[in-house]
Amino acid sequence: MIGLKENSQKTDRKGTGIMKENRYELNKQLAQMLKGGVIMDVTTPEQAKIAEEAGACAVMALERIPADIRAAGGVSRMSDPKMIRGIQEAVSIPVMAKCRIGHFVEAQILEAIEIDYIDESEVLSPADDIYHINKKEFKVPFVCGARDLGEALRRIAEGASMIRTKGEPGTGDVVQAVRHMRAMNAEIRRIQNLRADELFEAAKQLQVPVDLVEYVHENGKLPVVNFAAGGVATPADAALMMQLGAEGVFVGSGIFKSGNPAKRAASIVKAVTNYTDAKLIAELSTDLGEAMVGINEQEIELLMAERGK
Amino acid sequence: MTIAILAMQGAFLEHGQMLDRLGVEHFEIRKKEDLDRSFDGLILPGGESTVMRKLLIELDIYDILKEKIEDGLPVFGTCAGLILLADQVEDGVQCFGTMNILAKRNAYGRQLGSFYTEDEMKGLGKIPMTFIRAPYIADVYGNAETLAVVDGKVVAARQENQLATAFHPELNDDTSVHEYFVQMIKESKTQ
Repeated sequence: MIGLKENSQKTDRKGTGIMKENRYELNKQLAQMLKGGVIMDVTTPEQAKIAEEAGACAVMALERIPADIRAAGGVSRMSDPKMIRGIQEAVSIPVMAKCRIGHFVEAQILEAIEIDYIDESEVLSPADDIYHINKKEFKVPFVCGARDLGEALRRIAEGASMIRTKGEPGTGDVVQAVRHMRAMNAEIRRIQNLRADELFEAAKQLQVPVDLVEYVHENGKLPVVNFAAGGVATPADAALMMQLGAEGVFVGSGIFKSGNPAKRAASIVKAVTNYTDAKLIAELSTDLGEAMVGINEQEIELLMAERGK
Repeated sequence: MTIAILAMQGAFLEHGQMLDRLGVEHFEIRKKEDLDRSFDGLILPGGESTVMRKLLIELDIYDILKEKIEDGLPVFGTCAGLILLADQVEDGVQCFGTMNILAKRNAYGRQLGSFYTEDEMKGLGKIPMTFIRAPYIADVYGNAETLAVVDGKVVAARQENQLATAFHPELNDDTSVHEYFVQMIKESKTQ
């Protein structure tokens, strides 16, 4: 389909003979199964269970949620494998975990403990200020953040099988996620309307391989699933991102920094399924208790979305 | 003919695309009011069965669909959809429980255990099969019938109006399983 077949490998699966198996396809397909769902940040097995019972389609295991990382400052790294294993044992849904941008050894560790998805994430302190991980070297899938089409396609060229907006994590302020989703979709529409002979120049400007630009031109979407992330705190925020074209939503600090996490989580899940039903979302937004306080983007000193371009 | 596709969560769009290729009309079920439309068949897609089960119940869709399936509505479940139909679920909770199969959830392990293969399905010959964190059928009993076996594990079964596959026919180009389901609907109408 597109020039990403380098990932395909021949695998001899349990003596059934040699067959062609394309890990990259299988990894993109797992993301397809997550669509229309909510992926929640959790820091303990108990929180993971609350998330699963509330209807999360996957959980992101991390030591501290972004709001606390932001508050604590200092270097933020991959979580302790023991903590991740505890969460893997607690739930039956897919478990994701974050590694630092460019830290391929943290990614190797996460693959070794059979994580379902690795988030090479700007929420943690970057380990490399130039290079991202060569994600094609891995069998487990990667999701990466992006602020615009160029970043998204560069991550896909490196082997990411799922994209999310960066947003601004740990703020409870959705403005950046909205900006990133709109920017990405505006550029996709622009690429769609170009003449075929203009795609080479577009690829040059976006600093991405031309075959990926051709894919966007023909299909009007990214070649992988695209979720919203960063600052989603309410059912209305989640529905807003879905109406803007997200295929699902990550909710980080918004749930476990709020007054009633279980109820808020369940409401966000329903708002994502019925994201155009204002009457239902009105009901879902009622009596949710206190939302996370949040910080406005102008008040932030550290812009995590600026990490890794 | 119109087929309803359960759209609580997961890969429901892909089923719609397969039906488009077969020229079959379809629509999505996201809330109770969507059930007011009439439909001749139902697809339960892949995704997370825990999420779908919860939303089915909380959005008041569960009872109506269960009754329709018990009354003979042709239904086709893939992966999570198979779990929703299963009478018994190992490491999980029963949902509709209308099909005489024992489903084992996450039977091949985590994402590293996901795989693609090509194998025989009864009446269809060799077809592509994509397994994503898939279940398999650990037991088939009563009037349920095995349709496909991969590596000694049952991965597709049928019981009268119900069809279930552990793999995802909607993720490959081959439309034969969807054609098989459309045929099931046609047969149910002539009965």
